[in-house]
Amino acid sequence: MVDILVSGLLLSGTYALVAMGLNLQYGVAKIMNLANGEVLVLGALASFWLYTTSQISPILTVIMVIPVAFIGNWLIYRFLLTPLVRRSKSQGALEVDSILATFGMSFIFIGIMVSIEGGFFFYKYLSEPIQILGSTTSLNRLVAFLIAVLIGVGLYLWLNLSRPGVAVRAVSVSSEASGLVGINVPQVSALAFALGGTITAVGGALISTFITLDASIGVVFTLKALIIVIMGGVGDIRGAIVAAIILGVVETAVATLIDPGLTLAAAYFIFVIILLFRPQGLFGRRPV
Amino acid sequence: MKPSGTILSVKNVTKRFGGLVAVSNMSFDVAQHEMVGVIGPNGSGKTTMINMISGAHKPSDGRIALRGRLISDQQPQNIARAGIGRTFQLVRLLPDLTVLENVMAGAVYGHRRRWGRDAEDFAHDVLERVGMDAMSDAPISSLTYIDQKRVELARTLAGEPEVLLLDEWLAGLNPTELETGIELIHALRDEGRTVVLVEHVMDAIRSLCDRCVVMSSGAKIAEGTPEEVLSDKEVVRAYLGDDDA
Amino acid sequence: MKRANWQELIWVVIIVALAAFWPMMVNGYWLGIGVDMMMYIALATSWVLFSGPTHYISLASAAFFGVGGFIVGTGMSDYDASFWSMLALSALVGGVLAALIGLATLRLSGVYFVIFTLGLAEMIRNLVSWVQNNFLGSRGLYVLTDFTDTHLYWMLLATAAAVYVLGWIISRSRLGFALRIIGGDETVARHVGINTAMAKVILFTTTGIFGAIVGAIIAPRWSYIEPNQVFSPQLSFFVVIMALLGGSGRLWGPVVGVIPFLLIWNWVDANFPHQSILVLGLAFLVIVYFLPHGFVGRIEQLRAHLRSRS
Repeated sequence: MVDILVSGLLLSGTYALVAMGLNLQYGVAKIMNLANGEVLVLGALASFWLYTTSQISPILTVIMVIPVAFIGNWLIYRFLLTPLVRRSKSQGALEVDSILATFGMSFIFIGIMVSIEGGFFFYKYLSEPIQILGSTTSLNRLVAFLIAVLIGVGLYLWLNLSRPGVAVRAVSVSSEASGLVGINVPQVSALAFALGGTITAVGGALISTFITLDASIGVVFTLKALIIVIMGGVGDIRGAIVAAIILGVVETAVATLIDPGLTLAAAYFIFVIILLFRPQGLFGRRPV
Repeated sequence: MKPSGTILSVKNVTKRFGGLVAVSNMSFDVAQHEMVGVIGPNGSGKTTMINMISGAHKPSDGRIALRGRLISDQQPQNIARAGIGRTFQLVRLLPDLTVLENVMAGAVYGHRRRWGRDAEDFAHDVLERVGMDAMSDAPISSLTYIDQKRVELARTLAGEPEVLLLDEWLAGLNPTELETGIELIHALRDEGRTVVLVEHVMDAIRSLCDRCVVMSSGAKIAEGTPEEVLSDKEVVRAYLGDDDA
Repeated sequence: MKRANWQELIWVVIIVALAAFWPMMVNGYWLGIGVDMMMYIALATSWVLFSGPTHYISLASAAFFGVGGFIVGTGMSDYDASFWSMLALSALVGGVLAALIGLATLRLSGVYFVIFTLGLAEMIRNLVSWVQNNFLGSRGLYVLTDFTDTHLYWMLLATAAAVYVLGWIISRSRLGFALRIIGGDETVARHVGINTAMAKVILFTTTGIFGAIVGAIIAPRWSYIEPNQVFSPQLSFFVVIMALLGGSGRLWGPVVGVIPFLLIWNWVDANFPHQSILVLGLAFLVIVYFLPHGFVGRIEQLRAHLRSRS
């Protein structure tokens, strides 16, 4: 029981981080990014590749991933998604377009990754066992969790205390009103999208230290991140953290008690419950 | 036609959005063939009130009944079929459909459910009434604002509602359009329709409404004929603020 | 989806009649391609039936398809059931599954629906494998019939024609008109008295039924059925791409999408097997940026252009 809670909690740290990334992209930039999971796997691939070819520590990779992912995602938003934002007449039309475009990108990412590494991204890093509350887990899980918490707290403070952070939150509430008070909405959206993608890639690099991924696994992570965002309520960071913990613990419980092959089914089960009873999110109000 | 018998009744209706009370404890009745104006300053909860009658929002408390039958627990589509039709504050037409098809949308699924030739003919009749039949094959994008409003009104009328809700139907029209608009609503009045209208245009309220309900900060502050309520001290204060009262 | 007319129906009848002779004109490789094409035409047309007017992107095709294939496999292999009874059962299960998914997700905005269908095939595959391994014992499922590719081709052609006829009838019915209104503005639809959730669920249910039927018909082609094979998520993406490439504004749109896409895909797959997924990605981008209304949109643009000149 304690085992499940501890490993579930440690897993939920990175889940929450990835969901924060998606929240920025969907909540602020209004782009439903279905290539999110592939960006995560790209981060994982970077970490795997640098570690196995040049013994670079994944923690160092995380730092290197940040500028690369930021610029990459900014370019994607600026050149591929901005035209869609401009031509869309409604939020619905933008959603359909962005879903299709990001599908395309996700397949292109998979194609690129398969040509770099077709097999599993398997490597051992900090895999020594450690004891937490009497339960045995591995050091890499704890390190990944701590880094995720650190980044999450940093992001939270930035959003709430800094000037650009507040602008980002304002756009997520209402892009129209934000434009009227002089916020440069396209620029803030691009910033949020790039930041969201960066966080996702960092999350991928962290996850790869304790879960073995492969090039085509991205869609599973996209789905998990989306379920967390919806469960927590779009734009609600506190909700996303609680949702990530629920998902992390439930998945771990199902994997240990029933069958590891059923984790996705467990995620779906939670999703259905949410859709039926609280589609506005755990703490959300009914939309007006 | 003289007003007779209550058709729509709103009793102790309250709407809360989270902590914000948008409408609080509203009650009023609408008689058959009556034209009732819901007026009040911006943000006083008028549109929310209309949205609750048409079912777009559910009241947090209280009840709304049509001919004594509770409708406030119903979905919008059921309320529409029961006989309440509405227009929207910002006109909402279906851009991919022609003018005629837009109006047919009202006739096909409305209070009386028509189909085929019958629906088409009826839509033409209603378009004729609002003076838009010549444009029936035109695409929506080619219409002026008043014409769009007329088509939307025609769509609502095509559903043959027993109670018609007009949400700021005259807003955004220029002076000549306004004249046409007021004339059109006058014609509805002469037909003996039951209408609830949210309006800001005072001239229109004076000449059109049998009775007015005045809202301020979500609550009813006055009710009576337009002359009565517009000279009411509290109403004047609500519109102009304390200093001018 | 515009109201379809009689002229269009007559053209389709002629084309279906001509298409029925395909197995007599070719054999082997080209017959196999014909089966693939008919399969995707049936799936993509039933996809357009729902997604065309509502703009909801369904990625559930693979789930229904897999359910059909798996039911035929299990029924014929473990319970000695006949192919036809299992075909009927597939249609029923596919329809019920779609109705349940629809009831849970179609009341809400389209995003929830896309997300839900995104991992659906994978989730069902996991569940089925788990049930098979733990309760049924993991024996292989064999589907042994006397059907040749020619039979499968005709059955799929008949299914595709049935989807089209159903769509043709719906496009001229109150339900079809209701869907166009829902696609335009759902709030308006509700306020003119349309039960929007019901209309969407009914249409999505037909997609589920036909997806399962197609999966069931294809099962004999494989002879040996394995969950990993029938629940391939890629199929859902194929259906979406082909339907959008052709254009989802018309019922006959998918036909002009399926044929060129499959031919190009087969060529790419034979010559550059490792890059095929890149081509899939590029196809999505081409549709979004250059063909937002598919080939049908281009054809109609061209037609309008010619008309305005003459």
